[in-house]
Amino acid sequence: MADASTEMMTIAAARALRNTDICFVGIGMPSAACNLARLTHAPDITLIYESGTIATKPDVLPLSIGDGELCDTALTTVPVVEMFRYWLQGGRFTVGFLGGAQIDRFANLNTTVVGPYAKPKTRLPGGGGAPEISSACGEIFIIMRQAPRSFVDKLDFVTSFGHGEGGDQRARMGIKTKGPTKLVTDLAIFEPDPMTKEMSVTSIHPGVTREQIEANTGWPVRYAANVAATPTPTDQELTVLRELHARTESRL
Amino acid sequence: MSRFLTLAEAVESTVRDGDSVAMEGFTHLIPFAAGHEVIRQRRRRLTLIRMTPDLIYDQLIGMGCADKLVFSWVGNPGVGSLHRFRDAYENGWPVPITIEEHSHAAMANAYEAGAAGLPFAVFRGYLGVDLPKVNRNIRHVTCPFTGEQLAAVPAIRPDVTVIHALRADRAGNVLIEGIVGVQKEAVLAAKRSIVTVEEIVEDFGARSPNTVILPSWTVGAIACVPGGAHPSFAQGYYKRDNAYYKAWDAISRDRDSFLAWMKTNVLDKGPEAFAVHASRMGAGKFTQSAQNVDAAE
Repeated sequence: MADASTEMMTIAAARALRNTDICFVGIGMPSAACNLARLTHAPDITLIYESGTIATKPDVLPLSIGDGELCDTALTTVPVVEMFRYWLQGGRFTVGFLGGAQIDRFANLNTTVVGPYAKPKTRLPGGGGAPEISSACGEIFIIMRQAPRSFVDKLDFVTSFGHGEGGDQRARMGIKTKGPTKLVTDLAIFEPDPMTKEMSVTSIHPGVTREQIEANTGWPVRYAANVAATPTPTDQELTVLRELHARTESRL
Repeated sequence: MSRFLTLAEAVESTVRDGDSVAMEGFTHLIPFAAGHEVIRQRRRRLTLIRMTPDLIYDQLIGMGCADKLVFSWVGNPGVGSLHRFRDAYENGWPVPITIEEHSHAAMANAYEAGAAGLPFAVFRGYLGVDLPKVNRNIRHVTCPFTGEQLAAVPAIRPDVTVIHALRADRAGNVLIEGIVGVQKEAVLAAKRSIVTVEEIVEDFGARSPNTVILPSWTVGAIACVPGGAHPSFAQGYYKRDNAYYKAWDAISRDRDSFLAWMKTNVLDKGPEAFAVHASRMGAGKFTQSAQNVDAAE
């Protein structure tokens, strides 16, 4: 079973989704959050995975973005070329839900390399769908566990673009979508400052201190004018999430 | 016109040393049996092309078949790294490998351009990211109508595309359903192709008019290999073997355990081994068709 901070993170991320969202779902923690939303407050949310499975309603969490469960429970399944051309590039997603290995204060993400590209210390999987998800979806939610080596002052590689160097850089580049509007971690929720676009703490999870957040962030943490306390998980949220994980485990 | 061959004959006559080879199948229908045959026939210096290299390319790379990898997401989905790829890329074992890295959107578009006979693909992508700085095949064009800067990548035109499909009929047409990925585009983009299938039927029978069909005149060699996508899955035949994907992490971490596994499970085996795995994952659905006929004629 997941630990309490992971449960809190997944539940806080799920709450960010709306019943009317059309969501491009990344694998792993984003997928857990999206399906928790669908099984709780957002039963009509449309979940789409890059394997081409549209409006899928998996009973268990898939291990990959293309498990048979996704296709079996989808409204329709389209070719991958069509997924990226008509659906993603066509601007038909309200939100993209991503994870990452490294993030900076402007929510640019690195999932490519740690160290230099040509001679990496660690070679990560790379971008997959993320480089285009990050510019084509209406807005981006990110879910990531906080640690000094993942919340870094400077990325080794920009795999997907967040707010760049901040301010109105997205708009100046002609990108019409909002970019990262929510970063949910195991400690807090960050949202971009309206002017600078620096990700700032807007809500702190139960039992977490500012010192903990700062110790796990590789840049000086900024706080919004009004910092909320993240509501404690409800019994229903915890029950549904635990049942989802239990069903997933029992199918392996 | 497609030709029915054994898998060994299909690889022998289609894949040459130094070829660019795309083995496609987006999580679904990954052509593992054909990949293993390429390993057994000891092909060398291949340029391997695949959106998600997956375990099949980890195995080919670890056995020294490739010197270049073109990809957009190189991991074991939901599990972690591809250790044989990383050992080849970071340490040159067993042979050094170079990479050409893209995004999914770029590769999907590049296959479509290949199928369409165009020299390059154009799309809105790579905005603000670093990949164009390290891959000179990512460039930009200006829309002649609006002035918008758009990303451009060369079409993918593999020497050989290899896919696994659900069924072929007696006339050599090929049928795919479920997560159809980029298989159709990859076959149409290629100079030559190999299609392995779960079964060969007299006639496809009742089906949706929109079922993905590759007509026989677009396909090269067809080999019947039941279970040939295991540990990937085949819609309606068998499920993805997620336990295998998880187990691969430990098997592939160490060179010796990898080589021992490959000897037992690939070098000393033939394509018939796949039917056993698939029936284990099949939940009773495997080879139900009353029309199932023997391929090796």
